[in-house]
Amino acid sequence: MSSGEVVASFVVPVHPHTVLAPGQNPGWQRLRDALDEAAQTIQDLEADLIIVYSTTWPSIIGHQIQADPNPEWVMVDHDFHDLGSIPYSFNIDAEFAHAWDEANRQRGLQSRCVNYKGFPIDVGSVVALTLLNPDNAIPAVIVSSNMYANRSETTVLAKSCLDVIKAQGRRAVAITAMSLSNRMFTDFISPDEDKIHSLKDDEWNRKILEFLEQGRLEDVGQLSRTIQQQIRVQKVVAFKPMWWLSAMNGNRNDLTGRVMAYEAIHGAGGAVVHLDPTSSGVGDKEYDEDDVEYYHGERDVLDIVEEEVVESQPTVDAPDETSNGPDLWEPTEAKGSVNTTAAPKPVGAYPHARRVGDMLFLSGVGPRQPGTNAIPGGPIHDENGDPLPYDIKAQTHAVVDNVKRIVEEAGASMDQVVDVTTFLVDMKRDFQGYNEVWAETLGKVGPTRTTLAIDALPTPIAVEMKVIVHMPE
Amino acid sequence: MAKGQIVAGCLAPHPPHLVYAENPPQNEPVAEGGWEQLRWGYERLRASLADIDYDAIVLLSPHWQTYVGTHFLGLDHFEGLSVDPIFPNLFRYHYNMNVDVELAKAIHDEAEAAGLPVKMMENPDFRVDYGTITTGHLFNPDWDKPLVVISSNRSTAYYSVEVMQEIMIELGKVTRKAIEASGKRVVVLASNSLSHRHFTTESEVPEDMSKEHITSHAMHLWDMRIIDYMRSGQAQRILDEMPEFTEQAIAESDGGGLSWLLSTLDVPDYPAILHGYGTIIGTGNAVVEWPCHAHEVSEA
Ligand SMILES: [Fe+2]
Repeated sequence: MSSGEVVASFVVPVHPHTVLAPGQNPGWQRLRDALDEAAQTIQDLEADLIIVYSTTWPSIIGHQIQADPNPEWVMVDHDFHDLGSIPYSFNIDAEFAHAWDEANRQRGLQSRCVNYKGFPIDVGSVVALTLLNPDNAIPAVIVSSNMYANRSETTVLAKSCLDVIKAQGRRAVAITAMSLSNRMFTDFISPDEDKIHSLKDDEWNRKILEFLEQGRLEDVGQLSRTIQQQIRVQKVVAFKPMWWLSAMNGNRNDLTGRVMAYEAIHGAGGAVVHLDPTSSGVGDKEYDEDDVEYYHGERDVLDIVEEEVVESQPTVDAPDETSNGPDLWEPTEAKGSVNTTAAPKPVGAYPHARRVGDMLFLSGVGPRQPGTNAIPGGPIHDENGDPLPYDIKAQTHAVVDNVKRIVEEAGASMDQVVDVTTFLVDMKRDFQGYNEVWAETLGKVGPTRTTLAIDALPTPIAVEMKVIVHMPE
Repeated sequence: MAKGQIVAGCLAPHPPHLVYAENPPQNEPVAEGGWEQLRWGYERLRASLADIDYDAIVLLSPHWQTYVGTHFLGLDHFEGLSVDPIFPNLFRYHYNMNVDVELAKAIHDEAEAAGLPVKMMENPDFRVDYGTITTGHLFNPDWDKPLVVISSNRSTAYYSVEVMQEIMIELGKVTRKAIEASGKRVVVLASNSLSHRHFTTESEVPEDMSKEHITSHAMHLWDMRIIDYMRSGQAQRILDEMPEFTEQAIAESDGGGLSWLLSTLDVPDYPAILHGYGTIIGTGNAVVEWPCHAHEVSEA
């Protein structure tokens, strides 16, 4: 079956007041009424899965997914314990949880399921599932919010969730348990004193809600960092849920939005918003951050050691995305291959270098910077192929630096370089600058050299070198 | 009544990994050891205080996070199962602890009189946070002393490290005042790590020590700098540099525990004893004791 879809999305507030004390404040009651109405909407839509992304469940090791089929306990809030306790017993779709976990790993994310008796389900999830799924009629899943995750990781988390929704043909409802502005009063207040903490927070909240009312979810997602800076206490979990929710809805700006309630909870901005996937119009995007399909992360702290145990058979990984130029690849591994994270990723299935006996052959090396893929001296053309001014000297220096890193990774040194073939895309313009840098660097070592003019290189660079090293034991 | 006294103050971090590695009967998961440097550090701390008599432990844990004021456990007894929401694979601990409610209330009342927003936590369903349980276990595995448990007010997140320190220094002063007025002999514990940048991946065997190291050189330098100040009796410099340390080392001192501890100890100018240092999934952790009993003359 492949007809799965997200049939509705909701933004809901996290604090326990809507469950435990709606009667103490008319605003809390209005939030509660909206949540009750949302529950009815979910039922009417014949949803068969509720997915909660909760900002009050932080995680460190990737994302965690609740997979206990029936988690039961009594939740007491760390701050608002005097409002009372919320006993819970939820109906979790463990099979979906495991499938999502697997799909996460397929897309390069760290992920794990948790299934432990007594696991403390967070307040945001408890409030959401208690009110939106009152008889546990619909199976649910809950996912954590990773402390360190950024937009790409959070977006890919949604895409892997969609993979499973589609594969299982589910009618899913996506929920983000979150505050808008999250600054609470730092002193105790009586319920009738509650209001949004500051005028600035209120204005921002209303701006966000205006966007959501217009269905402009992706724009809110792309404003996340700004919103985080403006109205969010810098707690560990940033304003990430809109990244997730937007990706759950195909990063669209033409949803049909409805703000069902907006009120203060101890100063924080609590809202219930319904986002219907029905198109409301054109949905032009105001902002244009790139989309992302796979997560390749920077988090290989532990993997440094693992690189040493890579099997000797050649391996080919899926390419990265890059906006200006071809896909990036992981360097291949084979007998004698030399690869380093200190050099730019290949643009195809090849290693940085390969050693045969006491000879070391480098693949063509350009100026791209490892990690960022930036081109010192600037790219020679933009994404549309229109020429840009660039600095050949800076590019040539960067090529030599990259060569040096690969040569040294192999245990050799630059004075062992014996032969270089250089490719220039514009001999007339660039030969002189390139030649000057050569004289200051490799020229001092003394390898033989051949310089060729060629039509183009695969990335928007002007110079590339093919290097051979003799490295006797 | 004799004047109460703080017999020792300790930095006593709470990564659940340490309890996991000890395999106590209360914890469900089973480990093949790990993080011995720190566990030996706790052993030395316990030995160092073995002959010192005391009535209660006062502990501030950064994992009972309160945004509205500072809270105190306010019932005599708590028991239940503590599952770490971040490392549930390592920590599922059956706890059973007693609270010195009288002393907790005394500190609460002093803090209130000083103008701090405070609250007693009297909901019997409340689950004690895993930071408290972990430090409580490692410091006193027998659980034979009552605790006073103080929440961590998140004023660093809400305002700044400077505001957090103002609050925590005040809270430290009233803690000391209440302890002295109580006539009790007390150990105070700040339950936090130093540098606090985690790895975001976990090795197949979590206790595989070949994978354990500090996340970065800069974190190491900060940890050593703070430890140097501790060992050379320069607590004031720790308070002075707290904003930079907390920001640059992403230190868990953001929860206020260390500032509160140093203030409670009256900003000691005598050397602390370093019992151990080690990293846990990349974060820096030190077990440190200020042996107040040897430096503060009891006026009893
Ligand atoms: Fe911690």
